[in-house]
Amino acid sequence: MASPQQQQTIRENVTVTAETSTARVPGAKCKLTARNINFYYGAFQALHGISLDVPTHRITAFIGPSGCGKSTFLRTMNRMNEALRNTRVEGELHLDEADIFSMDVTDVRRRVGMVFQKSNPFPKSIFDNVAYGLRVNGISRKSVVEEAVERSLEHAALWTEVKDKLHKPASALSGGQQQRLCIARALAVEPEVLLLDEPCSALDPIATRKIEELLFQLKEMTTIVIVTHNMQQAARLADFTGFFLLGKLIEIDDTRKIFQNPGKRETEDYVTGRFG
Amino acid sequence: MTMEISPVRKVVNSAMLSLSGICTLLVIGVLFFILGYLFVHGLRSLNLDFFTKLPKPSGETGGGMANAIVGSGKILMVATSIGVPIGFLAGIFLAEYSGKTFAFVIRYIVDLLNGVPSIVIGIVAYALVVRPMRHFSALAGGVALGIMMIPIAVRTTEEFLRSVSNSMREGAMALGATKAQTIFTVVVPAAMSGLISGMMLNLARVAGETAPLLFTALGNMFWSKGWLQPIATLPVMIYNYAIAPEEDLHQQAWAAGFVLLMLVLVVNITARTIIARGPASARR
Amino acid sequence: MASSTIASSVRHRTNKGLLARLRGGDEISYLVTLICAVAIFVVVTLIVLELWKNSQPAIKAFGWSFLTTTRWDPNGGKFGALPFVYGTCVTSAIALLIAVPLGVASAVFLAEMAPPKLSNLLTFLIELLAAVPSVIYGLLGIFVLLPLIRSYLVPALKGGFGYLPLFQGSFYGVSFLSAGLVLSVMIVPFIVSVSREVLLAVPTEQREAALALGATKWETTWDIVLPYASTGIFGSVFLALARALGETMAVTMVIGNTPKITASLLSPGYSIAAVIANEFAEASGDLYVSSLILAGLVLFGLTIVINALARILILTTARRAATA
Repeated sequence: MASPQQQQTIRENVTVTAETSTARVPGAKCKLTARNINFYYGAFQALHGISLDVPTHRITAFIGPSGCGKSTFLRTMNRMNEALRNTRVEGELHLDEADIFSMDVTDVRRRVGMVFQKSNPFPKSIFDNVAYGLRVNGISRKSVVEEAVERSLEHAALWTEVKDKLHKPASALSGGQQQRLCIARALAVEPEVLLLDEPCSALDPIATRKIEELLFQLKEMTTIVIVTHNMQQAARLADFTGFFLLGKLIEIDDTRKIFQNPGKRETEDYVTGRFG
Repeated sequence: MTMEISPVRKVVNSAMLSLSGICTLLVIGVLFFILGYLFVHGLRSLNLDFFTKLPKPSGETGGGMANAIVGSGKILMVATSIGVPIGFLAGIFLAEYSGKTFAFVIRYIVDLLNGVPSIVIGIVAYALVVRPMRHFSALAGGVALGIMMIPIAVRTTEEFLRSVSNSMREGAMALGATKAQTIFTVVVPAAMSGLISGMMLNLARVAGETAPLLFTALGNMFWSKGWLQPIATLPVMIYNYAIAPEEDLHQQAWAAGFVLLMLVLVVNITARTIIARGPASARR
Repeated sequence: MASSTIASSVRHRTNKGLLARLRGGDEISYLVTLICAVAIFVVVTLIVLELWKNSQPAIKAFGWSFLTTTRWDPNGGKFGALPFVYGTCVTSAIALLIAVPLGVASAVFLAEMAPPKLSNLLTFLIELLAAVPSVIYGLLGIFVLLPLIRSYLVPALKGGFGYLPLFQGSFYGVSFLSAGLVLSVMIVPFIVSVSREVLLAVPTEQREAALALGATKWETTWDIVLPYASTGIFGSVFLALARALGETMAVTMVIGNTPKITASLLSPGYSIAAVIANEFAEASGDLYVSSLILAGLVLFGLTIVINALARILILTTARRAATA
């Protein structure tokens, strides 16, 4: 299994089309494509014409200063923003070939999972937390659920730590364990895309490292999009990185290029720390 | 120029503040006085007969309030089955579904209902149930108390559901749960301890209500069969016995008062302690 | 392989036919909860309707004179509710006169003086007082309070103020005074509870500003905090008043149940709630019952108005504190 460090030497060729500012990987499919996404909180326009492709089985990171819209865009991808009042979205969003906005929203959310900034385990047992997604999606046969829970916890590198206390409350776990539990919970429904909104910002460096290693392995199973305010994390983890500023996608490209040779001035300013 | 705090101001300060403390002690004192008196007098008159025997006809001493205890239980069952579902579900609507203006209107109407004097609700239950049926019944009493339970059930449900953090809802929805699934399998269980405590408080409140039962359930010296006959209840018995001339009945009224008060206070203390310790208290 | 069965079995379900949508539950859930919310409207409408409908005979027979006539004569078929309105007002006034100073003073102590733990404990206990059923207050009223009033209070009042028409006449125990006293105990917890919350909501910066200028704690409370919270405290008073108006059992057990209008507080009297409680079950004849229901309608109207005023006052204070 290639570590983040080794990954730097394994890259495919990337073509960047300047007009649409998307990253397209020749030969690799794109899991999720966005075209001209505008998003409004009431009268305020939070996203301006975002267009990008999220390649399958890769990690794509969104970086940018606070309030730049990266989290807003992430939440648009699984239509979580619809739960808020007075919001409006325009544009196109496709999962494989299917139009996300026409699909049934609960189906979208099963296929595009999300892990939140602050871990939010349910006040249930560890087992019930991971099983929850399966149950609401209609899977209730005991053997199937048990197997899926074990598998998800293993994928989230949590199984050995909790296998003897599956029926203890999730609140008894540490912060880092809770976040891995939330990842296991999201994985249980076998999402095709996993969205993570600053998953490590509330965690200590050791817990963070564990989760980063985890994500690196998970991309084989699914497609990962991660929002982070930590540029080093993006540089370590991501195959592709997109830089957001003031609701616009300034540039999205191979991570190495973004950090070593960015195409846009704003990107360069940000990654070299000249502002934000 | 030196500005000293005049001694008068200091004296006034201490005097006023002590006075306010005395007032508080007075109020608390009343509570303990009530408790103490009922404890002494009520316990003295309490015996096994109270819980097992029926009231004796006028003139004879002895007897108990077994039918009234059961009667209160029956009426509370009817009341709960009316008031709690309506209140709980309406509370869910307010907390999870409703838009702002509609919610404001509903809350106002709920408050209005809460402010209606219990005797007026009794009149309405009379008009709606007793009159068409042409006789008093446990059902009518249960309807009156059930209506009284609605406002508190709504308010409790809404408050405790709102106290559940939004991240929990988002977590469920992000897994593909529908809104209904989120509400009933995540939000409600998370608020459960508060909801149950609130229901207990609600019950305790209507358990002590007398006025609306005076002309809906009326009363009964014997066992009441089914739900469509007049039925004895603890509070009404207390009232009837207290204003009766016989001293023996007064004793029984004390005993009943003690039992009722103990029930109400125990439920109240338990429920409030649960609520005070629970997750919602973090918001206060 | 098992993993593919999960995704595919879920895909099965997302073929959204009506049945599948129903199982998801969103439409049903919304509908059912909405129906229950609407049901509350229906209940309140029913209350108003039934009260109005059933008091029509009395309204037609008496009109406004119902509220101004003093004669309540079931046998003669004449029903005037003035004695009850009078009794309700007098007992509530007595109750407020006693409960408001007592309650606000206690609230001041609990909000400004007592350390938080003590304050919470005492408030908890005072709120328990509110949970005591009315009939138990009545029980204690009859057997404890009345003898005490007769033995100590009335002699003292007569001794000190016997020349006042308020304390003229013989005292038999049941009276406006007794009812007012019992009521005051019953409404104090509401005044304490709401006033305390209102006082606690006054921003600390206000107090600190006064203290920093050298004011004593009492001066701060009296000059700054209480005025700031006054609207809310008024609200609590209205709330307590609304409760006092509707209080039935304790009042009917100690007021004497005699329709009478007199200046003397020592005289027996009657209140709206008490007459309904006493006479409704045995009332015969449409006009009698209808008159009692009309009295209930009057009571209903009174409490609605006063409760609404209370809410407005309390909300105003809350909004002021929030935007400060």
